[in-house]
Order: sequence, then C-alpha cells, then structure tokens
Amino acid sequence: MPFASPENFAKQTVASIQGYSTLSWRAITNLFSRPRYWADVYTQMDSIGVGSMPIVVLTGFFTGCVLALQSATSLQAFGSVSLTGNLVALSMVKELGPVLTGLMVSGRNASGMASEIGSMKVTEQIDAMRALGTDPVRKLVTPRLYATVFMLFFLTILSDTFGIAGGALVSVALLGLNGSTYFHNSYRALQYGDVVQGLTKPLFSGFIIATVGCYFGMNTKGGTQGVGKSTTQAVVVSSVFIIIVDLLVTRAMIGIFGR
Amino acid sequence: MPEDIVSADTQQKQGDAGSSEPVVVVEGVSITFDVKPVLQDISFTVQRGETRIILGPAGGGKSVLMKLVNGLMRPDTGTIRVFGEDVTRMKEKDLFMLRARIGMVFQESALFDSLSVEDNVAYRLHEDRVPEEEAHQRVVEALQFVELEHTIAKFPPELSGGMRRRVSIARAIIAKPDLILYDSPTGGLDPITSTTIVDLVVKQRDVTNTTSLVITHRLQDAYLLARSRFNTETGKVEPIPNDGINDTTKFLVLNEGKVVFDGSTQELVHTTDPWLREYLS
Repeated sequence: MPFASPENFAKQTVASIQGYSTLSWRAITNLFSRPRYWADVYTQMDSIGVGSMPIVVLTGFFTGCVLALQSATSLQAFGSVSLTGNLVALSMVKELGPVLTGLMVSGRNASGMASEIGSMKVTEQIDAMRALGTDPVRKLVTPRLYATVFMLFFLTILSDTFGIAGGALVSVALLGLNGSTYFHNSYRALQYGDVVQGLTKPLFSGFIIATVGCYFGMNTKGGTQGVGKSTTQAVVVSSVFIIIVDLLVTRAMIGIFGR
Repeated sequence: MPEDIVSADTQQKQGDAGSSEPVVVVEGVSITFDVKPVLQDISFTVQRGETRIILGPAGGGKSVLMKLVNGLMRPDTGTIRVFGEDVTRMKEKDLFMLRARIGMVFQESALFDSLSVEDNVAYRLHEDRVPEEEAHQRVVEALQFVELEHTIAKFPPELSGGMRRRVSIARAIIAKPDLILYDSPTGGLDPITSTTIVDLVVKQRDVTNTTSLVITHRLQDAYLLARSRFNTETGKVEPIPNDGINDTTKFLVLNEGKVVFDGSTQELVHTTDPWLREYLS
C-alpha cells in the first residue's frame, strides 16, 4: 500500500471530520422536520434493542459474577468481604454496565449498520433512493441514531441489573454471604450522582455507535471488499470512541457530583 | 390495460409539450476523479419528447453523465439545466422535489434487496402517501407493462438479471415521470433479454412520448431503438416500415470523456469521422 503524502493525509482527515460532523448534524436535526420515518425507528428499536438483549444480559450477568469473585479475594485481605455488594453495584452502575453494553452493542450493531448501508452503497441502492426522491440520511441514519440512543439507555439498565444479580449469585452461592445484606449494601452504596453518571454514558455511546456505523456505511467504496473494510473500521473506531468518551464523561461527572 | 399506466396523464404531457424549452441542457460540463478527467467540456441539448441515445465504449463516462443529469453528482465545471432548473447549484432538498419528475433505471437495477417487488415498484407511491389500494393497483399496471405481474410477491434476489431490469423500469415509470434516464438497461444481458428491454423502452417512448436518455454500448440495441416502433393495434414492437427511422431518436457518442458525435441517426450512419466509422463498423 503506497504511503499518502502528509498533505493528502491532512486533507483526508479534515474531510472525514467534516463529513462525519455534517452527517451527525443532519441525522439529529432531521427529526424536527417532515417526513419522519417512525416505522423505521420502531424497526430499528426492535433490531438493536430487543436483538441485543441476549448478549447484553449474558455479558452483564457474568461480569457481575466475575467482579464479585475477584473483589472478594481482595476484600478478604481487609476482612471486608461483606462489602462485595458495594463494589459490584458501584462498578457495574458507574462503569462496567455502560461501557461493556456500549462495546457489545457496538460490535453487534455498528458493524451491522456499516455492512447493511455499505452494501446498499456499493449496489447503487443509496443512489436509487436519492433518485426516487428520498433523503437516505433521513430514511436510514436518523432512525438508527434515535433507536440506538433510546434502546442503549434501557439495555444499560438491564446490564446493570443482571450484573448485580450475577454478583449476588456468586456472593451467596460461593462466598457464603447473606443475600439480603448484599442487596442492602448495594443499594446503600449507590448515590444519585452514580446513577446519573451510569445512565448518561449510554446516551453518548448510542450516538457514537449509530453515527460511526452509518458514516462508514455511507462512505463505503470498492465492492464487497470495501464493505468488509467499512465494517471493521466501524467497530474499531466506535469502540475506541466509546472508551475515550467514557473517560471524558466520567471526568465531567466527577466534577459535577464530586464522585 | 397496461398502457393505462402510461397514458393516464397524456393531458398534462400535452400541456408540457407546448413549451419549446429543452428538457435537458448540458453546457461545458467537466469532471475529474482524482487526477483522471472523466468528462471534458460536454455540451448537448435534449428536446421535449426526444429519445437521446448515449453511445460509446465502456469507461467513457456515460454513467457519470447520467448521474450528473439527475443531480446525483456535481460537475467540477459547467452547468446542467433540467426542466429549466440548474441541478449543479440546487440544494439536495430541492433536488428531491425535482426528481419526482424524473425516473431512473440503474445499470445493475439497484432494487432494494429487503423489499418485495411490489414494495420496490411502489416505493415512490409509499413516500407520497398514496392510499394502499391505489398504490397496489398502479403497481399491478406497471408490472403488466413490463409483463412481470406474476412476480409481485417475489424478492429481487429471486429474479433473473433481465427480470430485475424490467422491475426497475416499472419502478421508474410508475410515477409517470416527464424524463426517464436509462443507465445501460441492457448491460450484461443476453441478446434475447436485451431485445425485450429495448422493446419496453420503445413502447414507453411511443406510447407516452416521454423524454428519455438511454445509455448503451451495444450498437445493435441503439439501432433497434431508432428503427422500431410500438404498434398500438397489435400491442407489439415492430420495425418501422421501409427502413424508416424514428425522428425523435437522436445520438450522442462519447469517447474518452469527450463528445465525438451529436446528431440524428442518418447523420451518424453517414459520418466521415474515422474513429466513429471504425467504432460503428
């Protein structure tokens, strides 16, 4: 593969940022004008939300299990195994629930969006849509964006719930803790700011998954090989963005809530 | 009657025909991809009711020209006026409204894989919120026009290449457009299927007098278009008697992104240009 000159690389980078920003802005603002494709929004909610439930539930549950096992080992050294519930709840709600859900949904749906839209692009279906008088951003990107943001919020709550439940199972069955104490400690550990922090993150992650997936799909070139490349890039870029934005949101929330 | 689909708005078209303004005016259009010039200083005009065949070797920029006319791409220089509106400077939002008057048949059909034939053909009607019953009726008529009414419940992957192309034509004509763009409608098809497609283009041309641009790199298809007519009595396409030529059919020949010929069938046949003579032979 030939090296791009620094000038071309800079131009391509600026053009990509411009293209991504324009696409995102249009996708957001399209909801405030007609036509609105509500049927497509509901279809995407079903595909993204309901379709992702099994992996989110399984990931959340087993992460909670592992978290309880690992933290119990460390807490045992301080004689505080009873605080396992605090640690699992805080970790799941503030960090692991939102991030892992974002990454799992990114792997499943950013790739799906990039490959589906990318295939439409290389087979001229996007051009056909434009030729038939339909704005492809309005028809394809906007429903995916709002469906992902909306559903990821609830998927994160589901992941948190199953994570805490997984921690409870391990704590009771393997660590010999009292179930009631576990849940009581979990509940006491969580404060308003923690929940807000945990539920703000999926809004950003959902935005990243949908816009990045659709951006790479809409800019696919080069046939089936191009579709594969777009799919890979969409997953990699959205995953990295989710983790970077997680750091920024965490820092901002600590600044606001002090924890 | 299948012809109903194309004859229902005859009155409006007759009204439009009163205007002497050309439907498509391309002036000094050039476009370059990376460093390769694809089209260089292209100029031509398409009059109302005219069928313009864009002929030339593969890779000569014909499909790019078609996309430029429909506003799907923008040229580097030059202007393109369609129905008097400059598509090179229009906002995408305004282009969507203009495209309601334009039907386009894509090179590889570009049917929506996830939609049935009925939903593909009715796509524009659904967008315009046409009642379901009326939309279904119009889809049936459009499919009868292309003789594929039995495929209404099928999905594009279940159809052959020729059938997909015919469904694509049905999708293009269902909204009764004032301009139809055919991007290589016979490309990649066997000669018999190609003839079927050309017959449909002739039928559409002769029944509605719709202005159209037809891309092809097959000379036999171009000549078939110019020398055939649709007989409304027999309902079949037949050669024009006495080796006649359709007056409304004209040619534009492109080679390596430049116009090498712009004129009638007679002028093309009697050209003295050495490259063109070799290409035609």
